[in-house]
Amino acid sequence: MHVKIHDLIVIGGGPAGLAAALSAWECGVKDIVIVERDKELGGILNQCIHNGFGLHYFKEELTGPEYASRFIDMLRDSSVQVKLDTMVIELTDDKELHVVSSTNGYEILKAKAVILAMGCRERPRGPIGTPGTRPSGIFTAGQAQRYVNMEGYHVGRKAVILGSGDIGLIMARRLTLEGSEVLACVEIMPYSGGLARNIVQCLHDYDIPLYLSHTITQIHGYPRVEGVTISEVDDNRNPIPGTEQYIECDTVLLSVGLIPENELSKGANIAIDSRTGGPIVNQSLETSVEGIFACGNVVHVHDLVDYVTYESSEAGKSAAQRILKIASSNSADITHSITDENADVIQLINGNGISYTVPQLIDLKVKLHNIEVFFRTNRIFGKSTIHVKAGNSELKRFKRVRLTPGEMEKIVIDEDTLRQCISKGFDEIEVSVTEDPASEENVHFPVEKTVTLGEVL
Amino acid sequence: MTELICTVCPRGCHLKVYPEENYRVEGHQCARGEKYGQEEVKNPCRIITSTVCIEGAEHPRCPVKTNAPVPKQMIFNVVKTLNNVCLRSPVKAGDIVVENACGTGVDFITTRSM
Repeated sequence: MHVKIHDLIVIGGGPAGLAAALSAWECGVKDIVIVERDKELGGILNQCIHNGFGLHYFKEELTGPEYASRFIDMLRDSSVQVKLDTMVIELTDDKELHVVSSTNGYEILKAKAVILAMGCRERPRGPIGTPGTRPSGIFTAGQAQRYVNMEGYHVGRKAVILGSGDIGLIMARRLTLEGSEVLACVEIMPYSGGLARNIVQCLHDYDIPLYLSHTITQIHGYPRVEGVTISEVDDNRNPIPGTEQYIECDTVLLSVGLIPENELSKGANIAIDSRTGGPIVNQSLETSVEGIFACGNVVHVHDLVDYVTYESSEAGKSAAQRILKIASSNSADITHSITDENADVIQLINGNGISYTVPQLIDLKVKLHNIEVFFRTNRIFGKSTIHVKAGNSELKRFKRVRLTPGEMEKIVIDEDTLRQCISKGFDEIEVSVTEDPASEENVHFPVEKTVTLGEVL
Repeated sequence: MTELICTVCPRGCHLKVYPEENYRVEGHQCARGEKYGQEEVKNPCRIITSTVCIEGAEHPRCPVKTNAPVPKQMIFNVVKTLNNVCLRSPVKAGDIVVENACGTGVDFITTRSM
């Protein structure tokens, strides 16, 4: 079987894949294929009919379909090929893709570089172990969103939402506007996992109560949901006996987290970070397998599609650089300009308060530049300081007014700081957070202006 | 006094708005937050998104939005105007679906070409 080697194959035609393919094309790569399993491009954006997308990237408020069409339209004017209704069933570490479709049957594709843009999937009922019957009427929030917004089904009359992730909040409003009654949004953590904007515009606007530190401890009814029991939980998230309340409902939506979809990545022996659930990437968004890059929710779950677009454009650029380098050197072996002999990589260590960083490591073989480090904290912090340390010395500190696990944060480690680390032979940089004591004044230390992610990007 | 969470940016400032003091705002950290606080108390408005029936397209529903924010208390009346709409493919994103919904001066437009 003759296998044509494409320059770049992008797996997934959602926001990440679209932005990655476009940016690689703009960098001069012409032979690009997007492989998409759905019958259309756009991914999850097609069902996200609400507005609020694009405030950072396009400086205007768009709905999901509008955001997607901006990229789909740009793609139409490029030479990027799109294979729709085509499922990748296997990816190998030498960048071979086994794909199936009803039009072409089984095919093998090969590429000089691959970008993983498969996104994420919703955590279902099983992993959270909610007791009770197994009736119909239980949906993940995104599943209900597709039914209601694209397929035109009404999912239920009286709903309770478990979890307060953004899709759950959006669906609380959506079901209310569709004439359903949303009785409660129940969140096991003492804070919501969703954006403040969504708490206000989806719950407060419609007087939907949010029960923090609560969870569903029983689902009742068969063959259809008839009600749920909710209970308060203690600090260890165990239900407190005696706090049970019964809520009559016919529908339960689960908005209990998103999991990067990495079956293909694992098959290609790509190293996965157990904290993000996605591939370990360096500052070029390259995974542990050379020439395979990853971006968007397959790497870590983002709050805003705008951030997915920025990240994916970077991945597209990195992949393009690799491809163009191969073309100019006429060889698949790329010789890196090694900046230091002592260490090949600097690991980013998660210190106090940090649940993960992306990238997880800085590859010193790649030309150094200012590196954007994205992270989430593992709890809510008020006025606080982010410390960047190597060895025993603090390299940088950043101030923030508020940090919450629900909102991704960003710091920039500049090139000079990185060079300092390399010259001192450090192979680890630790990022940590401490909450400021109310009275502390940091007058003697140069402090960066506090900026939010959106302002930087 | 009304307490609000600012939704202009992800920082989520906790605002206090005093209508009796000419809508003075406390707790904001930028000018946009101050404006948000005042508007949110004086006349809270929202863009409304929903779907309408469409025939002859890939999917049976076509997404729509209002082309300007609608006063919050009008939301339910405004979405009701969509109940009897049925579009016929092809439509272009931006096509008007309902004109001047409930006399608000605001139109519903499609957000996707189908």
